[in-house]
Amino acid sequence: MIKSIKFSVVVCFVCLVVFPFSHLYAQSSLPSSFSFQSLTGIMLIIITLLILVLVAAIVLLLKVKEMNKAQFDIEKKNITQNISHYIQQFTKEQIDQYFEWKQKKVTKQHTYGNRHTTKILLLLMSVFSIQSLLAQPTQTVTGEAGIIITTILILTPILLGIIIMIVKVMSVLQKYRDNLKFKEAEKLADFLEKNEDTELADVLNQRKVALSFSLQNNELSGNALPLDERGLIQNSTIQGELPIAATKKRALKRPNIDPALSKLVLWYIGCAAFWLIFGTSIGEYLGIKFVAPDADHVSWLSFGRLRPVHTNAVFWGWASLGMLGLGYYIVPKVSNAPLASLKKGWYSLYLINAAVILGTLCLMAGINNAGGEYREYIWPVMLLFGIGLVLTLINFLQTIAKRTTKEIYISNWYIVSAIMFGLIIALVAYLPFWQDALGETIIQGYYMHQGVGMWFMLFTLGIVYYFLPQQLNHPIYSYSLGILAFWTQILFYTLIGTHHFVFSAIPWWLQTVAIVGSAGMAIPVIAGTTNFLMTFKGAWYKVADSYTLPFFLVGIIFYFSGSMQGTAEAFRSSNLIWHFTDFTVAHSHLTMYGIISFFLWAAIYAVVPRLTGKEAPQLTIGAHFWFALIGLLFYTIPLMIGATFKGNMWLEGKPFIESVVMMAPYWLWRAIGGSLMWFSHLLFGYNVYKMLVDTSNISVTDLAIEKLKLGNANTTETNTII
Amino acid sequence: MPIPLKQTLLFNYSFFYMELFDNHKKLFSTAALFFIVLTILVAIIPAWRNQYNNAPLPNSVPLSADAAKGKEVFISNGCVACHTQQVRNISMDKVWGERPSIAADYADIHRQSIWVNTATLMGTERTGPDLTNIGLRQPSKDWNLVHLYNPRIVVKESIMPSYSFLFEVKENPDKNDVVINVPEAYLYGKKGKVVAKPEALQLVAYLASLKQTKLPDGSPTPDFLYKQQSLAANNNSQNVSGNTLNGEALYVANCQSCHQANGEGLPGAFPPLKGSKVVLDDNAALMVNIIMNGYTGREKEGFGPMPPVGTNNNLSAEEIAAIMNHEKTSWGNNAKQVSVDEVKKLMDLAKKVASNQ
Repeated sequence: MIKSIKFSVVVCFVCLVVFPFSHLYAQSSLPSSFSFQSLTGIMLIIITLLILVLVAAIVLLLKVKEMNKAQFDIEKKNITQNISHYIQQFTKEQIDQYFEWKQKKVTKQHTYGNRHTTKILLLLMSVFSIQSLLAQPTQTVTGEAGIIITTILILTPILLGIIIMIVKVMSVLQKYRDNLKFKEAEKLADFLEKNEDTELADVLNQRKVALSFSLQNNELSGNALPLDERGLIQNSTIQGELPIAATKKRALKRPNIDPALSKLVLWYIGCAAFWLIFGTSIGEYLGIKFVAPDADHVSWLSFGRLRPVHTNAVFWGWASLGMLGLGYYIVPKVSNAPLASLKKGWYSLYLINAAVILGTLCLMAGINNAGGEYREYIWPVMLLFGIGLVLTLINFLQTIAKRTTKEIYISNWYIVSAIMFGLIIALVAYLPFWQDALGETIIQGYYMHQGVGMWFMLFTLGIVYYFLPQQLNHPIYSYSLGILAFWTQILFYTLIGTHHFVFSAIPWWLQTVAIVGSAGMAIPVIAGTTNFLMTFKGAWYKVADSYTLPFFLVGIIFYFSGSMQGTAEAFRSSNLIWHFTDFTVAHSHLTMYGIISFFLWAAIYAVVPRLTGKEAPQLTIGAHFWFALIGLLFYTIPLMIGATFKGNMWLEGKPFIESVVMMAPYWLWRAIGGSLMWFSHLLFGYNVYKMLVDTSNISVTDLAIEKLKLGNANTTETNTII
Repeated sequence: MPIPLKQTLLFNYSFFYMELFDNHKKLFSTAALFFIVLTILVAIIPAWRNQYNNAPLPNSVPLSADAAKGKEVFISNGCVACHTQQVRNISMDKVWGERPSIAADYADIHRQSIWVNTATLMGTERTGPDLTNIGLRQPSKDWNLVHLYNPRIVVKESIMPSYSFLFEVKENPDKNDVVINVPEAYLYGKKGKVVAKPEALQLVAYLASLKQTKLPDGSPTPDFLYKQQSLAANNNSQNVSGNTLNGEALYVANCQSCHQANGEGLPGAFPPLKGSKVVLDDNAALMVNIIMNGYTGREKEGFGPMPPVGTNNNLSAEEIAAIMNHEKTSWGNNAKQVSVDEVKKLMDLAKKVASNQ
């Protein structure tokens, strides 16, 4: 059943991804082979919709069958058989509670209404609405742009409608299933209530004895003292079925965090997950535009406008909010003091979200800050972001001031500095006094690289310094190396900005300083990598049965390779080949994705179960990891190979257009890799949902006992619970 | 007993650091100060110096009102994501300009408006060609408009987005409307004539204004670096193709965007070279003259004016001969080839014609 859903989802996904490309090769005649305005484009949309509807219909059919079967089982099965089954399931506590209740013995009659007829009606209605939907897209559509745009506008809510409908139907089904369980519980309670014979009591007593039986623990050792005084087995996993993937350790229960703070952290992470999915959906579409440039001709969706939407949404929406959310957990934690002000935390969240929403709209409408990368948001929009950061900075500093530990843990060094530097960078980039002529370019080089290195990298390192030792249950290898990395990162990273403009009109000495600084970056990078890897020493075996550590490990590997690649790219000789090519794009994905995103995911999977007590399915976490990693490699490696060829063609003086033609297959691979990455983000979104929302099963035996205890008079109350 | 000197030093040393590290005010102010000082040294002072120590070149032309508006269109559509505007001082960038870009080239660029920062538009990605000298390399307004409407009309392999939203389709265009000739397949079923909106015309005006300013007489021209490497590469390609220049590659780089790979041009915009009287003529004088001085002879038939490609792109006699011979012998053309000497003479003649005009 679940397999069939997964299968159909995969089929749907493959169709979505492969379809545009198959067309690309099938007919290479006109404009560019694929366009949403063409008939094939419309067909593609309709087919996708039909597949979605088909999947929905199949899922519903299977669900209804399952329900019928459950109903049938209940009616057919001998009630006593059922009850004896449940009685076998009683735990010791439940038996105790039963006897307790029996002693009190309150007998009251009750009635219980039948509620699920209305739900079946609802279900029928929704099935009918599917049929009407099926009829919808088959209406004839001509090639007129206006009609097509209108159709797309209409289709969007329909698609959303389908999704909402599926979610609703699923929840109705869930409620229906819960209802069945309630009924079972009802019967069980009824049986327990009315049953007066001693036979039941005997059976239960027997079971109680069986359950409470325990070994004396000295059967083998006699009365000698045990050597292992702990003698407890923790975290045992029960394997009920053949596992598809290796079972990992579950998150340990931790002392409770202040629920108000939990809520704040979870909102940050939830918003971050949203911006990740949004931002990378845009990125995915941009990747497709490289192979299908005529996909649409809408001004708001044209490449030059969407590109900054993608980069800024993942920078300020996903990575920044994710980091800040984790910061709000870490800073009070390592200061051993409560957060100074929850209110400021919320305001900061609102402001940053507002900045990303407004910024996105502005960019799509064609309002930007003149095209310096990552400062495309105009200043009023970025101001909101800046105020958000100021609030958080004050908040963190006040929290640290109230700390009950003597020292300031290194995580707080990195996190607070990142916020201070982030503000300084934004001020330098947006104040107008030094932006005329080439001043703009020099500031641009400084800003775009400090944004990455001083804001994202520094903050993320702070997160790693907290979560890595915690997940390994090992202290950090060397505190001093962390401090060395901290100061050298500030020293060298600040210098390297202008290596984006090597051989340009900015002063030669400044370019040289940037290149030397890039080489100096080897010191903090190697110090940091060594520190992290040595922390693993003696705990490598933990990687195998943890689902967070693989994310950390990949992050550390890319921290080393991605950063060192940056150093190599800065040299003048490599600039000759790689500058201006897609190599830069590959590099920025290796670092912002391979380092920052992987570390953030690791920390999110580590912290959210602590806050909510719920874990995501290990299967989808694993799938997220592998899709993201393989996708990233498919994305970056072809781009780097293609970019090297491209640079060489330019060096040889080949006509420019030849290098464009040569890149086509590499861009296709990039789109495929990008699709895998994008799919992994959908899985991540699902995992976050699973960690946030309770979808656990209702236990019939628990409910029955609960019911008995509640007393039977209060039927209305039980109904409201349902 | 006195404490040994070494121990006191060690004590003081660690005391100082512990005091710094355990005091959040001192620690974070130190870090911030360190970063601010470096920022001032490496970003603000150099930016400031560049802002005030450079002046625009004496013969540079400020943007016209139309071109300035076109620059706004260029900015708001994010063209800088794919197009750079900087000729680096390395010889591989020679195709984008006669000399490397220098600070003075950008000296006259100021803040766009209260909302929008300075736009030097130097860019960091060259997914499309550099535009520093596009006004000279591709001055044809017709070509630029058609290309903006859908780049694949003129360059089949292009992946540049279509800017058809800068145009509108009218049943009956006015007399003042600039109508562009779009093949039917690119209209997606729309009926009528494609008319450029003001934004499109302004954008093209901006592109036309992008030309490298000549350095004042007597000032030293900055050098292109890494020459040997590319010379070696050139020599290699020459050896492979038997010591002559590759006419086909030169055609692709200089002519193909209008006259197309199949030599058939574009009906209603760019004339065909396949079977062209001028190309097939044994007397090459007119052909050389067109290449060096441009041509407006077929405007009545609806073909746009041809820019003086040979002069604009600084082509040598060898290069022009290679291109001409490629054109004279391709796509079924079978005319007498020209020699380099002959072209040299005709080029001198063409120069005289130009100076007489």
